[in-house]
Amino acid sequence: MTAVAAPPTATVDEVARNRVRRASRRRTVITVLGVLVVAVFAVTLMVGQTFYPPGDVLRVVFGQEVPGASFTVGRLRLPRAVLAVVAGLSFGLAGVTFQTMLRNPLASPDVIGITSGAGAAAAFAIVLLGWSGTTVSVTAIVAALAVAVLIYGLAYKGGVAGTRLILIGIGVGAMARSITSWVLSKAGAWDFAEALRWLTGSLNGATWALTVPALVALVVLAPVLLALTRELGALQLGDDTASALGIRVERTRVVAIVAAVGLLAFATAACGPIAFVSFLAGPIAARIVGPNGSLLVPAALVGALLVLVADLVGQFALGTRYPVGVVTGVLGAPYLIYLIVRTNRAGGSL
Amino acid sequence: MTTAPPVPAPDAALARRPGSVRFLWLLVVVALLAALMAASVAVGSRGVGWSEIVAALGGSSETIGEAAVTKRIPRTLLAVLVGAALGLAGAVMQGVTRNPLADPGVLGINMGASLAVVTGIAFFGLFSATSIVWTAIVGAALAAVFVYAVGSLGRGGPTPLKLALAGTATSAALLSFVTAIALPRGDITESIQSWEIGGVGGATFDSISTVVPFLVVGFGISLLSARSLNSLALGDELAAGLGERVALARGLAALGSVLLCGAATAVAGPIWFVGLVVPHLCRLLVGVDHRWLLPFTALTGACLLTASDVVGRIVARPSELDVGIITALIGAPFFIAIVRRQKVREL
Repeated sequence: MTAVAAPPTATVDEVARNRVRRASRRRTVITVLGVLVVAVFAVTLMVGQTFYPPGDVLRVVFGQEVPGASFTVGRLRLPRAVLAVVAGLSFGLAGVTFQTMLRNPLASPDVIGITSGAGAAAAFAIVLLGWSGTTVSVTAIVAALAVAVLIYGLAYKGGVAGTRLILIGIGVGAMARSITSWVLSKAGAWDFAEALRWLTGSLNGATWALTVPALVALVVLAPVLLALTRELGALQLGDDTASALGIRVERTRVVAIVAAVGLLAFATAACGPIAFVSFLAGPIAARIVGPNGSLLVPAALVGALLVLVADLVGQFALGTRYPVGVVTGVLGAPYLIYLIVRTNRAGGSL
Repeated sequence: MTTAPPVPAPDAALARRPGSVRFLWLLVVVALLAALMAASVAVGSRGVGWSEIVAALGGSSETIGEAAVTKRIPRTLLAVLVGAALGLAGAVMQGVTRNPLADPGVLGINMGASLAVVTGIAFFGLFSATSIVWTAIVGAALAAVFVYAVGSLGRGGPTPLKLALAGTATSAALLSFVTAIALPRGDITESIQSWEIGGVGGATFDSISTVVPFLVVGFGISLLSARSLNSLALGDELAAGLGERVALARGLAALGSVLLCGAATAVAGPIWFVGLVVPHLCRLLVGVDHRWLLPFTALTGACLLTASDVVGRIVARPSELDVGIITALIGAPFFIAIVRRQKVREL
């Protein structure tokens, strides 16, 4: 009897050991990513036209008056760096939610037209209605939600199939982009530059007034998505399997879409759709973490790191000052192409 | 047990239109095109009288009205040519890939032409019209080959979903290169912006005569490939069994469509969805025989683009709406409708 019982016990032990090892790898990755984000954040505050030592920066952050540094760090660099982190976290989280839910790494919000919708509405409000500031942000948010509802509604045919949703999103995105290019053709030189920000994404206009709403949205909506971790993981197995596991598929999908679109919309309203961040964060996180549980937190951290580093590169590493969206776009494009090749060859998902 | 009478498949009825119906539709489309061309010359932000139109067509440009009409003639001609090229290119592309969503815009071919032209203007100082056309065609061809290769990797070959995703993602990637090249170069932004927005408004006889040779070759190759597209529609094995050299036929037809949409993009900027809408519409009218379908798509494409141009001039008076925007606004809902009709399995 004991001889028969022994092998299964060994296997169970092995499985348990593997599980512990994988969980510890996930923890390590998350810790390292978190430390990196904090480090690059600190560098962003210190480096610029003038260098400020860490001591000065810390005192400014804790609210003390430091001649010179108070203005440069407190008023210029701090909102910019905070916005970079908030936008990166939001884009990363929203992107990986869509990719997990639709089981396709290419199905990020930039590809399926949601960011294009927000961008078109913002360009319309800036150029044709002459709006600026908060009203533009609100317009972008409303438009992103409306586009998401439209895509979902059009894809609904006794349930929503992921493939249909993606293709319809591509169509809607094309329409939104044609509206944007029409608006831009009517723009004067100043408006054109302002509106271009809405197409590539830039942190140049970062102020507290823009950053705070995005931060609030992140604080409210991120927990909603994190609470859905288990359901999203099950959705990755396919709709049928997920409902067999007791997941309410449609409800999960609706809640996840609303939360992710909210994150995207508020971040987009603050700094424009920073190209490819929501697209890249998930797959990069998947490569680092491996098949070890949910990607939500690692992807969010990767997103923040991407935006921070790309903004540093765009500001200081190249001859001209590029907006951050151009840097992420050019860095992201080759990876995107590589990813399509790899995904199609494997025929698999994330 | 009596055998049930054979039920004719609805598709068979659709596929085999009697010749007289086709001929009737041909007359209708030709008449429509003539009417639209007349409208395109007559209608615009400045109203003109019939006497002025007749005088202008006779070569006179003395009054302002006559001068306006004189400017509209090359524009009309260009709309017809570009529309025909895009419609035909779309039909060939859908035949070659056997894919209902194939379109120069959806597959990212336009954007390949864009990036090539912008690179040429920014780094190699290309300004002559002919060199821009060549650059656009090379860019279009590279993008087409790339997207098709990527989209057909893996299980199931080039499914509509994989091709459309590969095309859109490639477009997005190429677009960010275009932005990165154009943004810091204030000196050339204007010429890039005007090319990028495109349209047929700035047409001159010079710009038309530059692309005509390319278009003629493209039309020739595409129309001649009608018969092989018919065999390819049966599937590669069956086509090979019928004596078709599959790879050669497919390559030739693709070359024709790339020439057409590369040249059209070079002269009119990226225009989406004409190549998508027109072939589907024409299949409803004349069935799926490419020998009829291809000429029909050229005519219908010309109608669609001319009509879009006229509408763009009417709705936004006194300024005008670019023709590419109108076609996208018409085409995108159509694209969505096609996607909704397909079964998920086929995507």
